[in-house]
Amino acid sequence: MVFDYAPAPESRSVVDLRSSYGLFIDGAFVDATGPDRMKTVNPATEEVLAEVGVADAADVDRAVAAARRAHTAVWGAMPGRERAKYLYRIARIVQERARELAVAESLDNGKPIRESRDVDLPLAAAWFFHYAGWADKLEHAGFGPDPQPLGVAGQVIPWNFPLLMLAWKIAPALACGNTVVLKPAETTPLTALLFAEICQQADLPPGVVNIVTGPGATGQALVEHAGVDKVAFTGSTAVGRQIARTLAGTSKRLTLELGGKAANVVFEDAPLDQAVEGIVNGIFFNQGHVCCAGSRLLVQESVHDDVLERLKRRMAELRVGDPLDKNTDVGAINSAAQLARIRELSAAGDAEGAERWSAPCALPDHGFWFAPTLFTGVTQAHRIAREEIFGPVLSVLTFRTPAEAVAKANNTPYGLSAGVWSEKGSRILWMAAQLRAGVVWANTFNVFDPASPFGGYKESGYGREGGRHGLEGYLR
Amino acid sequence: MTTTSTAPLGDITGSEAALRGFLAGLPGVDQVGAEARAAMLASRSVKTSAKSYAVDLAISMIDLTTLEGADTAGKVRALAAKALRPDPSDPGCPSVAAVCVYPDLAGTARAALGNSTGHSRVQVASVATAFPSGRASLETKLRDTAEAVAAGADEIDMVIDRGAFLSGHEGRVLDEIVAVKQACRGPGAGRGGEVHLKVILETGELGTYDNVRRASWLAMLAGADFIKTSTGKVQPAATLPVTLVMLEAVRDFRAATGRQVGVKAAGGIRASKDAVRYLVMVNEVTGGDWLDPRWFRFGASGLLNDLLLQRQKLATGHYSGPDHVTLD
Repeated sequence: MVFDYAPAPESRSVVDLRSSYGLFIDGAFVDATGPDRMKTVNPATEEVLAEVGVADAADVDRAVAAARRAHTAVWGAMPGRERAKYLYRIARIVQERARELAVAESLDNGKPIRESRDVDLPLAAAWFFHYAGWADKLEHAGFGPDPQPLGVAGQVIPWNFPLLMLAWKIAPALACGNTVVLKPAETTPLTALLFAEICQQADLPPGVVNIVTGPGATGQALVEHAGVDKVAFTGSTAVGRQIARTLAGTSKRLTLELGGKAANVVFEDAPLDQAVEGIVNGIFFNQGHVCCAGSRLLVQESVHDDVLERLKRRMAELRVGDPLDKNTDVGAINSAAQLARIRELSAAGDAEGAERWSAPCALPDHGFWFAPTLFTGVTQAHRIAREEIFGPVLSVLTFRTPAEAVAKANNTPYGLSAGVWSEKGSRILWMAAQLRAGVVWANTFNVFDPASPFGGYKESGYGREGGRHGLEGYLR
Repeated sequence: MTTTSTAPLGDITGSEAALRGFLAGLPGVDQVGAEARAAMLASRSVKTSAKSYAVDLAISMIDLTTLEGADTAGKVRALAAKALRPDPSDPGCPSVAAVCVYPDLAGTARAALGNSTGHSRVQVASVATAFPSGRASLETKLRDTAEAVAAGADEIDMVIDRGAFLSGHEGRVLDEIVAVKQACRGPGAGRGGEVHLKVILETGELGTYDNVRRASWLAMLAGADFIKTSTGKVQPAATLPVTLVMLEAVRDFRAATGRQVGVKAAGGIRASKDAVRYLVMVNEVTGGDWLDPRWFRFGASGLLNDLLLQRQKLATGHYSGPDHVTLD
C-alpha cells in the first residue's frame, strides 16, 4: 500500500516581511548611502522576498563608529551581570519569535522548516542563554584574573545557517563586552534584519549590535576598517585566506572557521542502521550546506555492499521539496551559483570515473534543486574526494584496516570534523586521538551544543567557537 | 536442539553455539541513534486525506483486546460486537483485525464473531503458553496452546521464556517456539490447518535494544508469523524505538530469507496520534508492504474509541464526545 502524506505547509503568514530593509546602525534602520539595492530571493521558488540595502565603505564606517561609541560609553564598562540581562532577554525573545524566525529562515535559505524549527532556532536561543551565563563569570574562565573586551568586532557570516551563525558570533562577543558590526551573507540577510528588530525590542543600547548588508565588498570594507579590533569570519577557505593576508601586520585579532571535507568512518562492527542514519544526517542535513558535513564516507570493505544497499534504500525515502512543508527532509539549494558549483563538481566525478547514483525523487520546476546523490568507486585522487562540494553529494571510499582509515581520513588539507562508527569503545577512543579534526563524533554526526567548542585544524581555520573556549577570541 | 528451515542463512539453528554466534553477530543497535530516529519520525505531520487513510488503516489493524481476570463471556461478546461494527452509526467504518482473549474465552469469541470465512473476517486471537509470565512447563504451554486452537483461535499470541533468553539459553527459547508452532498446526486448527503464531518478546523485560533485535531474529528463525512487543502487563510496553528495531529486523529477515514476518505493537498505545506515528514508522522503515492488517497490528483496547472520535471529526469537522462512541 502507499501511504502518501498530504501537504502539511507551515503558514507563511506568521512572518511579516517588509518589502524593503535598510541597514541597522546605532539602534535604528537607516538607508544606505549609495543608490544600490539588492534583492533576496526564495531559492525554492526564485520569488523576490525583499530588497535590502548595499552598504559601502562609508556605511561601514558609520557602523564601526557607532559600535566604537557604544563600546566606550556603555557596553565595555557595563558590569557583566548587566550585560547578561540583555543577553537573556534576547534569548527569550528569540524563543518567543521562534516560529516566525524559522519560517523566515526557510524562506530565505531554502532549508526545510523541520530543520530551522528543530535545529537552527533552538540552538540559536541556546547560544544566547549559554553566553549570557558567562557574562558575569569571565574572571573565572581561565583567561586571567581580569580579562578585558577587545573593543569592536567585525563579523562576517555565511548563508548556510544565517541566524545560528549570527548567534555563534554575536553571543560570545557581547558577553565579553565587545560591540559588533555584523555582515550577513548576500543571499540570506533576512533573519539578521529580524534580529536587529529583536535588539530594539530588547532595548539593547544603540550601537552595540550593527548589521550591514551587502555583497563581498561590504565584508571586505568591514574587515579592512581600521576601527575594527577583531575579525571573525565563517565561510570559504579562499576568502579566509584573503582575510588573513589583509590582516597580516595589523594588531587585529582573527578567528576563522572555514571549509571542510570530513571523513565519516564506518567500521564493520558499527551499529549499521544508526550508521546509515548518521551518514544521511552527515551529508544531506541542510542540503549538505554544512562546513563540517560528512562528505567522505569511508566504509570498511567487508561491509561496503551491505552499507550501500541500506544507504540507497534510506536515501530513496528522503522527501525532497517545498522547504515550508513540515515533512520535507531536503530543501532547496541556496543559490543558482551554488547549484552551478555542485553540478560542476558532480560532473567532474562522472568524468573521473566514479559511479553516480541519485535518489529517485521528483524535483520542482522552479527554484534551485539537486537530488541527494552519492558516488561510489571514489579514490583519494578524485576531485570529489578532495574539494568541498557544499551540497548533497556523498563520495564513498573504502578501507581495509583502522590504520588505513586514519591515513585516508587525515589525507585532506582540511580538518574540521570527522565521524567514527563502531560498537568497540577502545577503537573509538584510538581513532579520536588519531584523527586531525577539530570535532570527532562517535556514533553520531552533526550534533552541536553551545557548551562544546567547535573549530578546525589546518585549512579549516583557527580559533574555537562555543563553550568556555569560545570566549578566548573576544578577550585579552 | 530443533533444527528449523532457514536455508539461505545456513545451519544457524543446528546447535546452540551456532545460534548464539549468529545472534551475537547481528549489528548492534546504538540506543541514542535509534531513539533519535524514532523521535524524528514522530515529528511527521499527517493531515487531512493522509490522516483519514491512517485512521481507517489503524482501525483495521487493531487486535481488540481484553485480558483481565474479570473477563466474562458477556464482556467478550460485547467486545466481539464492537470488533465487527466499531461505529454502529457508520457502516463504512472498517472492522478491526481480531479480538484477543484468554484461551478459555476463545470459543466464546469465535461463536460471537460468527463462522464466516475469508480474508476479511475478524480473527480470534488467543494468548497462550502461560501468558503473561511464561513460567510453566513446556507441556503446560503446549496444552494451553492446543486448547486455544481447538476452541477456534485463528492466531496464538505466545510469550517467550525471558528467563531462558536472559540467561543465555537461546536454544531453549527457540525450541519452545518451534514446539508451539507445531501445536498451532495440530488437529482442529482452522484455516487449512494453519494457525498464525505471534511471538511476544516482552521487550520491557529484555532491557536493551540489542536484546530486542536478537530476540526478534530468534523468534523469526523459529518460525514466528508475527513478532510482538509486549504482553501489556509489563511497563514499558510498546515504544516507538522498540518497534523501530523490530521493523528493521523483519525487513532484514525478509531480505535474507524471502519470508515476510509481521509486527504487532501492543500495550500503551491509546491515542490516535500515537497510532499514526507507528504507521509513519512502518511506512518509512519497512515500506508499504507492511501497511496491511496481515503484516502490522496494534494490540489495544482504548485506542479504538479515540480513533473513532478522530474519524467522526474528520467526517463532520467537529469533535463529538466520549458518549458518541460505544463503551464495551
